[in-house]
Amino acid sequence: MMTTARSGFTLVQAALALLIAAFLLAFLVVPVIMVIYVAFANPDGELTLSHFASFFQISLMRESFWNSLIVATLSVVFASLIALPLAYFTARFEFRGALLIQTLGILPLIMPPFVGAVAMQLIFGRSGSLNLLLGDWFDINLPIMQGLNGVIFVEALHYFPFILMNLTVALNNIDSSMEESAQNLGASGMRLFRRIVFPLAMPGYVAGAALVFIKVFDDLGTPLVLNVTNMLAPQAYLRITSVGIEDPIGYVISVLMIGFSLLALWASALVLKGRDYATLQRGYSGLARRRLKPWQSVIAYGWIILVLLLVLSPHLGILLLSFGKVWSFSVLPDSFTLEHYMTVAQDSPRMVWNTMLYCGLAATLDVILGTAIAYLILRTRLPLRQSLDFMASAALAIPGVVLAIGYLRTFKGVQLPFMDEMLTSSWILIMLAYTVRRLPYALRSCVAALQQMHVSLEEAAENLGASKRRTIYRIVVPLMAGGILAGFVTSFMTAAVELSATIMLTTSQTDAPMSYGIYLYMQSAAGRGPGAALGVLAVVIVALGTYFSHRLIRSRAAGQQARPLQKIEV
Amino acid sequence: MDAMQKVKVEIRNVSLAYGATPVLRDISVSIAPGEFFALLGPSGSGKSTLLRLIAGFNQAQSGTIIIGGEDITRVPPWQRNIGMVFQNYALWPHMTVNGNVAFGLVERRLPREVIREKVAAALELVGLRDYGERRPGQLSGGQQQRVALARTIAIEPKVLLLDEPLSNLDAKLRVHMRTELLALQRKLGITTIFVTHDQEEALSISDRVAVLDGGVIQQIGTPMELYDHPANRFIANFVGTINLLKGKVGPAGTGVAFDSHALGRITLPQTKAAAGDAEIAIRPHALTLLASGDNTDAGQVWVEGTVAEREFLGEFVRYTVRVGDTDLIADQPHYSGHPIHVPGNRVKVGINPAQVRLLTA
Ligand SMILES: Nc1ncnc2c1ncn2[C@@H]1O[C@H](COP(=O)(O)OP(=O)(O)O)[C@@H](O)[C@H]1O
Ligand SMILES: [Mg+2]
Repeated sequence: MMTTARSGFTLVQAALALLIAAFLLAFLVVPVIMVIYVAFANPDGELTLSHFASFFQISLMRESFWNSLIVATLSVVFASLIALPLAYFTARFEFRGALLIQTLGILPLIMPPFVGAVAMQLIFGRSGSLNLLLGDWFDINLPIMQGLNGVIFVEALHYFPFILMNLTVALNNIDSSMEESAQNLGASGMRLFRRIVFPLAMPGYVAGAALVFIKVFDDLGTPLVLNVTNMLAPQAYLRITSVGIEDPIGYVISVLMIGFSLLALWASALVLKGRDYATLQRGYSGLARRRLKPWQSVIAYGWIILVLLLVLSPHLGILLLSFGKVWSFSVLPDSFTLEHYMTVAQDSPRMVWNTMLYCGLAATLDVILGTAIAYLILRTRLPLRQSLDFMASAALAIPGVVLAIGYLRTFKGVQLPFMDEMLTSSWILIMLAYTVRRLPYALRSCVAALQQMHVSLEEAAENLGASKRRTIYRIVVPLMAGGILAGFVTSFMTAAVELSATIMLTTSQTDAPMSYGIYLYMQSAAGRGPGAALGVLAVVIVALGTYFSHRLIRSRAAGQQARPLQKIEV
Repeated sequence: MDAMQKVKVEIRNVSLAYGATPVLRDISVSIAPGEFFALLGPSGSGKSTLLRLIAGFNQAQSGTIIIGGEDITRVPPWQRNIGMVFQNYALWPHMTVNGNVAFGLVERRLPREVIREKVAAALELVGLRDYGERRPGQLSGGQQQRVALARTIAIEPKVLLLDEPLSNLDAKLRVHMRTELLALQRKLGITTIFVTHDQEEALSISDRVAVLDGGVIQQIGTPMELYDHPANRFIANFVGTINLLKGKVGPAGTGVAFDSHALGRITLPQTKAAAGDAEIAIRPHALTLLASGDNTDAGQVWVEGTVAEREFLGEFVRYTVRVGDTDLIADQPHYSGHPIHVPGNRVKVGINPAQVRLLTA
């Protein structure tokens, strides 16, 4: 193969990099810059802050701004309150509840929050099951689902696993000698936790908390389903869909949303700076685990069961709703039926197929891009190769609504080649939005897979006469297969329940994926039953995906042990 | 920092098992006030377990630990006031050096002014006066260890425990640090227990050594006692290099004689020994090598052999001499002009009966 000897990369590699860069520019960078540009430009194309000024002059916008901030912050606070004790129990004590907690960490994630939100309203709403019971017994009514409360409640319950998982990993990575040396010097109990254990786990906590903040901030589906429109994401959606794609307020909101995402990422990077404490030493154990004392067991299990009930309630609620004939002003549905599933079977095969198609294509594109980028940044000396990584990862900070607005604006009037259709009204944009939004996850998965693979395995193949291309085909891709598959499944699963970009980019019933269908059904009281049935279907698909990705990741880990050579570090 | 109180450490009949696996079996040691005491043993012999037991991180199934006359067997680690320096130093990365050293003093709720003085004094003592504002990650391995030491002695513990304190340092620094450690211990006068798997380290700096194997104390003594009078085969092998020979003992006149295939009969200076199968140990430098034609001294037992290998080690030359079907290691002092035996040469090996140790097990 032709190599430009001094610079150390081949023309094929350079061409590949340019192709990827072009894709990312077209479907991520340019649309986002377009959004920012429109927010700061007046009709003559001059720079101005007047749109921001008019934004803050509208009282509904000011209110939405503060509401979004409050909801995101309080969701983080409540998610932390749920996750902190759970993480502490698993890391610090030896007890069987650990498995329950792991289950707790996955359960919420397999159902998108906007699906659960309806069920939560039926269970925790003003005239939901809980308040009906409380009203009968104690004559009180808890405003759990009223307005912003409902959004915070649903989001905190949905996203606390991000904090739980990050914090658990961080706690498990603390060397037991860190804690023992503090005990040796006289610290114990809460002081020990406050002065040593928590500060050392801080990086993990902050990473999780930042993620929750960003996710909540850009969630469009949950507030819409709960009928809360005085927040930023719903306002952006409503302005663009009602006033039109030219309305500058939608762009101002977009810029604010990007700003807050970046702020959260920046703040977490600031806290993490120089504090990536990998304190675990080879051959040492994590924090010593103690047996629970009886009263501690009661507290631990009490908390776990309470959280488990809360976490399961949307799942149970959706299940009941999907089988329930009528469910309002009663603790449980009055009678049960399969009717809703029949409706879904008649109405929605097209939506299920669309979801499969869009998500399948998006996930395929993701792992191709992910593998290629991973290879370029880890195995070549291409100049500026890190910028590919940077661009692809930047998608993390771009809310779905913003990306969708960027697409609609950038590709306005673009005709699809050979077809009598506009790009903005075709499903291709939905698929591309999924691809771009899930790329960071797929990329991390591919990079991790390639990093674990020692370069000597490739050198051996080249030494035996395989060209670069043949080596990639015969050695690199097969060895990365586990990571690539895991990346595929993650992309597929999370894209299947995406709603923010989906709502904005879906223009016709025939092109709508399942997530849009659920949302549409949930808009009307009569549609709740079928919506729930479709939701159950989506949960089953996502749950199966989660199960298989775990299987894959586990078998990949097992496969790695059978190949000890890969572990040799130079 | 002033000299500290000197306390006695007594470990009485301590046994510990992890599940069904016994790790410490009926350990009893008494460590004198101000002593520099080493726990020596191969990896996995239970040294760390014993040290952690003293610090309170492990609980024994039976036995007592008495420190300064006080039974502390049931006292939690944070109330023991026994300083421990961890093998990996365990410096907290989220605190500065000052923060690390001040930690225990803060826990003791001392006034801020006192803490500042004590931190400065402890850092001064380990030669890191100007490093207080740094983070542990910005220090070299040797400096990190000094901080760990300063952090521990700042609380003025009753006893100082060191778990393989030198094992993470490079060879040169290790030798330097061990003399520094000893100097510091002498200055403070604090009773110190030091764990190591390196016999040279243990012999060179400690007042007394307990050798541990398989959770059992094999021998306790001064370094010289261990070296000159190993109690059993394990000690003989573990402490220094040694020649071991199997044979039979029996009475011979007023003393005892050791008969072996390789060396024939050696009359030992002992007066009593149980007759039967036995084993003797001889240090390599207690053997004399002479060319086969040289005159021999009648005070020693002489056997003939062939030089099989030769290793030049600077101060001495280490020969492996084949005598019959047995290999003997003989170290001969070296200085320029000293006769050298070439592999293949026939030589005479002289054994001084006074240097032969009859092993009990
Ligand atoms: N927490 C534990 N659980 C089970 N076995 C242990 C534990 N800690 C140590 N052991 C075992 O006890 C023995 C002694 O360990 P240790 O005291 O660390 O040895 P040393 O410090 O002498 O190398 C080893 O066989 C080790 O495997
Ligand atoms: Mg040890």
